[in-house]
Amino acid sequence: MTSLRTPLLFGAIAVAVLAVVPLVADGYGLSLAINILNYAVLATAWTMFSGPTRYVSLATVAFFGIGAYTVAVLGDALPWPAVLAAAALVGVAVAFVVGLSTLRLAGVYFVIFTFGLTELIRQLVTWYEVNVSNSIGRYVFLDITQEQIYWQLLALGAVLFLATLFLGRSRLGFALRIIGADETVARHCGIDTTRAKVLLFALSAVFMTLAGAIMAPRWTYIDPAIAFNPVTSFQVLIMALLGGVQRLYGPLLGVIPLALLFEYLGANFPNHYSILLGAVFMVIVYLLPNGVVGLAERLRRTASPAAPAGKEVA
Amino acid sequence: MNTTAPATGSSPPLLRISALRKTFGGLTAVSDLGFSVAAGEIVGLLGPNGSGKTTVMNLISGALSPDAGEIVLAGHPIAGKAPHKVAHAGVARTFQLVRVLGEMNAVENVVAGLAFSRRPLWGAEAASRARELLARVGLARHARTLAGDLTYIDQKRLELARALALSPQLLLLDEWLAGLNPSELLEGIALVRSLKEEGVTIVLVEHVMDAVHSLCDRCVVMNAGAKIAEGTPATVLADPEVVRAYLGDAGA
Repeated sequence: MTSLRTPLLFGAIAVAVLAVVPLVADGYGLSLAINILNYAVLATAWTMFSGPTRYVSLATVAFFGIGAYTVAVLGDALPWPAVLAAAALVGVAVAFVVGLSTLRLAGVYFVIFTFGLTELIRQLVTWYEVNVSNSIGRYVFLDITQEQIYWQLLALGAVLFLATLFLGRSRLGFALRIIGADETVARHCGIDTTRAKVLLFALSAVFMTLAGAIMAPRWTYIDPAIAFNPVTSFQVLIMALLGGVQRLYGPLLGVIPLALLFEYLGANFPNHYSILLGAVFMVIVYLLPNGVVGLAERLRRTASPAAPAGKEVA
Repeated sequence: MNTTAPATGSSPPLLRISALRKTFGGLTAVSDLGFSVAAGEIVGLLGPNGSGKTTVMNLISGALSPDAGEIVLAGHPIAGKAPHKVAHAGVARTFQLVRVLGEMNAVENVVAGLAFSRRPLWGAEAASRARELLARVGLARHARTLAGDLTYIDQKRLELARALALSPQLLLLDEWLAGLNPSELLEGIALVRSLKEEGVTIVLVEHVMDAVHSLCDRCVVMNAGAKIAEGTPATVLADPEVVRAYLGDAGA
């Protein structure tokens, strides 16, 4: 087992440096930093489950939206830590239901089902708001500053980093890598594959839900179309794929350039945003099927002739 | 040659299969099959292609659920249980088409078998046990090699080491000796025999008749899902019905 000291040291330095950003950045800089941190949490949480298992989930925004909506509903009624705890609980509960109903599916069926399920949740929330609450949107007036949002996301990111680090060295993490490599072999090795997948899916969902909850006060107004915007799921997916999902730091390498690119495209080409987004997706998948990290490792391998060829990820 | 052939001893069998049945749509793959395997025995499952041998292996290991019938391992019914539960009950298997974890090295492949067994091993303990098992199957030199880069026979050895990592009471080898060249075949036969000497009970599906003759205490011959003969290799292979199943009616 490799030592934990190096990643822990780098992680601690990174968190310390990032913690001073709100003290030096202007309003726009801080807003951009919040965006990047949010995507960093979502992409790392996505990779935590989808990286080793290779189950491509498009349910990211379902959990993100659940977090945001929990805050919209309970934000005034409960103290902030209790709101976050409630959001996490709802996220876990939904993750178990989604996990148990979808994780028997494999490949493209799982992808489509998670996408459909996210739409279902969005429609359910919309139906409830229209027919029961009699209003489509909700206001989130909470006494939480942008700086506090930033620091909360940073803390969440740090916990996620630690969780991923320890998971990678745990039996559960190893079980998921075996599942990703060959699920039949995993079962015959004594792994309860359904349990392992559902557990990890739920753990990854907690972080996505909390990210949504922390981000909610930033909008002041949310409706189902904003909170459950399916584009978010695709953006997170492509960020993780660009970075490379086989390493802990992989998703981060994808988040920073793409968050900046999306920001630029959104600001300058608002009407062609979706088309450009699609083009970016295709370029990345064609040119870097194994992400930046995969490319770097391939280059390193071709440098040494005895090196093995990487197997294509289906 | 074989000195013991305990078809039905006084002690209860390690594996008892009775009235086992599996259909796929209109096709009956296994039809009212029954046989027993005593502890320490090597039993060969023979039959022409499509006779249902691999289906039986899949039914025993939990990859498939039977439509009817019983599979009892050391007194515990295992028919229809999930593969991981069957593995915990003491059954390990290899696959007809070799299945290694190609992007992991040999040690990791074996740790996969150690880390989730009944008595799981993890960390340094697992790594050192994995190296012992690799040495056991003749892969000591390849501990750090990616499984996908191993030769075909070495991948088969690795698969066997992973199965042994589960400390099985019953080992299922599905054409484990197929596709080996003559010298590899001799090594493979010696390896399987050494497992028997350690007390592992083995059910093997095999087409290589040299291996069947030299390894199996008894054979069960299947045709079209049903058992058509059972006995020592020499007797069953001389059985006219077995010859007919393999070669057809006309030639006789």
